[in-house]
Amino acid sequence: MQENPKSALVIGGGIAGIQAALDLADMGIHVDMVEKKPCIGGKMAQLDKTFPTNDCSICILAPKLSECYRHPNITLYSYSEVQKVQGMAGNFSVDILKKARYVKESECINCGLCAEKCPMRVDDEFDRELRKRRAIYMYYLQGVPAIMTIDKEKCLWFTKNACRICEKTCERDAIDFEQKDELIKLENVGSIIVATGYNLIEDVEKSALINYGYGKLRNVVTALEFERLESASGPQGGHIKRLSDGKTPKKIAFLQCIGSRSDRVAQYCSSICCMYTTKEAMIAYEHNNELQSYVFYIDMRAGGKGFQSFLRRGASEYNINYIKSKIAQIIIDEEENPIIVYEDLDNRQIKQLKVDLVVLATCIIPPQGIEKLAEVLDIELDDYNFIKTTPFIPVETSKNGVFTCGCVHEPMDIPRSVAEGSGAAARAAEVIRGG
Amino acid sequence: MSDKKEEEPRVGVFICHCGSNIGGLIDCEKLAEYAGDLPSVAHSEDNLYTCSETGLTAIKTAIKEHNLNRVVVASCTPRTHEPLFRECISEGGLNPYLFDFVNIRDQCTWVHMKDAEGAYEKAKDLVKMGAAKAAKLEPLEMIKVDINPVGLVIGGGVTGMSAALNLSQQGFKTYLIEKESRLGGRLRSLNRLFPYDIDASEFISSMISKVENASNLEVLTSAKVKNIDGFVGNYEVEIDQQGNLLNIEVGAIIVAVGSSLLDPQGLFNYNGKNVITQFELESLLKEGFKNENIVMIQCAGSRNSERIYCSSVCCMTALKNARYIKEKNPNANVIILFRDLYTPGTEFEKYYRATRELGVLFVKYEEEKLPIVEDKIVRVYNDYIGEEMQIPYDLVVLSTPLVANEDNKELAQLLKVPTETNNFFLEAHVKLRPSDFATDGVYVGGTAKWPVDITESISQGYSAASRASTVLSHSMIEVEGATSNLPEFNKSLCTGCEVCVKVCPFHAIVKNENDEIEIIEALCKGCGVCGATCTNQAIVIRHFTDDQILSEIMAYGGK
Repeated sequence: MQENPKSALVIGGGIAGIQAALDLADMGIHVDMVEKKPCIGGKMAQLDKTFPTNDCSICILAPKLSECYRHPNITLYSYSEVQKVQGMAGNFSVDILKKARYVKESECINCGLCAEKCPMRVDDEFDRELRKRRAIYMYYLQGVPAIMTIDKEKCLWFTKNACRICEKTCERDAIDFEQKDELIKLENVGSIIVATGYNLIEDVEKSALINYGYGKLRNVVTALEFERLESASGPQGGHIKRLSDGKTPKKIAFLQCIGSRSDRVAQYCSSICCMYTTKEAMIAYEHNNELQSYVFYIDMRAGGKGFQSFLRRGASEYNINYIKSKIAQIIIDEEENPIIVYEDLDNRQIKQLKVDLVVLATCIIPPQGIEKLAEVLDIELDDYNFIKTTPFIPVETSKNGVFTCGCVHEPMDIPRSVAEGSGAAARAAEVIRGG
Repeated sequence: MSDKKEEEPRVGVFICHCGSNIGGLIDCEKLAEYAGDLPSVAHSEDNLYTCSETGLTAIKTAIKEHNLNRVVVASCTPRTHEPLFRECISEGGLNPYLFDFVNIRDQCTWVHMKDAEGAYEKAKDLVKMGAAKAAKLEPLEMIKVDINPVGLVIGGGVTGMSAALNLSQQGFKTYLIEKESRLGGRLRSLNRLFPYDIDASEFISSMISKVENASNLEVLTSAKVKNIDGFVGNYEVEIDQQGNLLNIEVGAIIVAVGSSLLDPQGLFNYNGKNVITQFELESLLKEGFKNENIVMIQCAGSRNSERIYCSSVCCMTALKNARYIKEKNPNANVIILFRDLYTPGTEFEKYYRATRELGVLFVKYEEEKLPIVEDKIVRVYNDYIGEEMQIPYDLVVLSTPLVANEDNKELAQLLKVPTETNNFFLEAHVKLRPSDFATDGVYVGGTAKWPVDITESISQGYSAASRASTVLSHSMIEVEGATSNLPEFNKSLCTGCEVCVKVCPFHAIVKNENDEIEIIEALCKGCGVCGATCTNQAIVIRHFTDDQILSEIMAYGGK
């Protein structure tokens, strides 16, 4: 097929966007990919393992990241945002703001010397603030592109006009405090794919989890925090320990539908929690064979391929107890052990269970900044602020030539995100090829 | 590209610190010095990051300055970085296969983090073995395959039609074959579609007319695949259309054959009259419906020991039909007996709430205490109130699962692709390759793979089309050159035992018309199983020859 002068724009470098970009690029169509964070990879890069195969998440993701970075048909704009979109299907023009990293991309080889010497300690967003990073940092260990970034808000030079140790340390003169934000203009963009993923309720509204003691009780963590605790490259080096006293938990309670399926926070179902909870409990058991897990749930939702057998294995081989229940509250004893007060819906009794650690399966919410992006793209959002899609055509938005995939339009698991990534690419190719 | 096969090997070894990943545990400079003294090694150095532009430039410079004809990089893992280094030495003027990757991070410093000394000794061994193998490497060429830019979609349901429409709109000549006499698949028999409650026949008619009016798209109904030959880009497909045999040539194939309904005989006293299936209910609802006391039983024939899986569409189907009944007759009593209600995501959960608000009742039951359908009543143990309920009915509706088509195995064999334990088609990787098979050029979508609703079927149809387009968009593609080979001079060794034919997971080995073993290189992935099992060592695995592997073993343990 002939080379096409029209390109595609993919917004969001998580697994859905990556799949869309790779497919289009492999069709011979040029792709510009825009990622807000310093590196692509999205939420999947933060996960320890993935259900139902329990593959190591970063190990199966990393080759895709490299492929995206090295593909001759993909131009990657990381640490960048889409500012303006004009035109129509088949011919959009797009303004991208490429934020200054204050590090020269062509020179930095991610040796890490600058970060070793940087005196600032700030909360590490990638590790869900469970450890500290420096003001000059790599977003995550295996991140792509492998380039350091200076956090302007925290850097001593930008805040106090002092330091510049990184500049002196760098052997390649890669630090550039004079670097400016850059405006990039793209013309002749045939179609756009929005794949900006999701946030979790605790990202915007920690108070929604107050009933479960989150933020107040140290041995209550969220599921994504727990992923980082399980991960070998995470803050505890893959040894699951309680945040209060560093002890290895022997009993863990996993609470489902935290914020989801409720009138208080979100009425919808987050779709993935039943499965990842079972996976997290399995992996925790593999770390410690004495572990007992308790999953407090409303309905176990396991419709995907191999999911029911996965649950059965969880119950029979990994000491996972599933309890259909309603949670009343969580209290603690004098050793900060959480006690779960709940109604057992199998026999209508009010019960208590003392555990060592509580993991909350918190609600997926639309990504921060979605309203602004929707305005820029002139697309509609649904009742919950996810991207509104055409009935039965989940990759189609309200605007011609603008497609979507993954959790930005509805909570979903990785296989569905990947399939939708490809699906959105197919439709985007139609527009670009004039079909 | 220069062919330096005949020259004396001059190996360059590059030891990567990988920041502190390797360099933080072992002395890379010392390791590079050690490598420099190994046989055939003409140059060695250490780099902070061999994969950085600096590192890559160093490799290319060294190839010229030291006249290197083989390159070894000892670093992270070939999984992510082998393509990069192959490309690099190719830019440096060497055949990309004259490269060997030595894994001293994932398989050395990471796993022996607490034993620096042991890790260093192991790294020495690994480098020594890598250099010895490199000296024996031979140049190989990628295999070039011409692509016929034509698509074939098997199955004219909603998934197949979506895939075919997209391929044709992208500009590819596309065939869509359907075994029934009309397009539309299962949707033809449905009443309404969840969660938007639109009329199924209107929806499917509009889709069919799009397919019929599409340019580039040829529909063959009452047609079945009889035979398939060839490989990615070059499939020859024989189609049987009511006794007429047609031959078509295509570059990629999409499997969208859908699924079947479980035979409900023997389930909950099914009789097809007042105990029926949801599917049968759909036709009743179309015709007009009088019943007033309806009991629906979820997971009828699924999520049990015989059929473990959840069919994922039945809860929404039950809700949809319950709503329809309540809308037509608000006095009707609809009770849904369920185990776990499956309404994930935004729209489905909203639909569930709205259905409850219409007055549909839900009673949870356990697998251990199944409901019992008697003559006039359904007995069900209600867990929550802790006692048995007796529900009078005039209609019981069983929510039975979608099951795999019985002829899936047959088609799978023709396509040389696998099926899973329930006989659904099995994709290449359930997580990251949901629309691919391990065989290049063959893709899958919809309920042929697993029960999914219409919305997901459509996106999977598009997804399969996208994957097919990544092949069809090129006039030629390159596939792996490190394949199995039965060289002319080894043919006399072959006894024709056919073990290789049986073990090859990619069906790349056949016995040809001359009764000789033939390896179809475009299908071969170079996994090496045939070479390892060949009873007479006739098969050579390129890039992993006996000579190359023995040289590694000798370097490790030999004198």
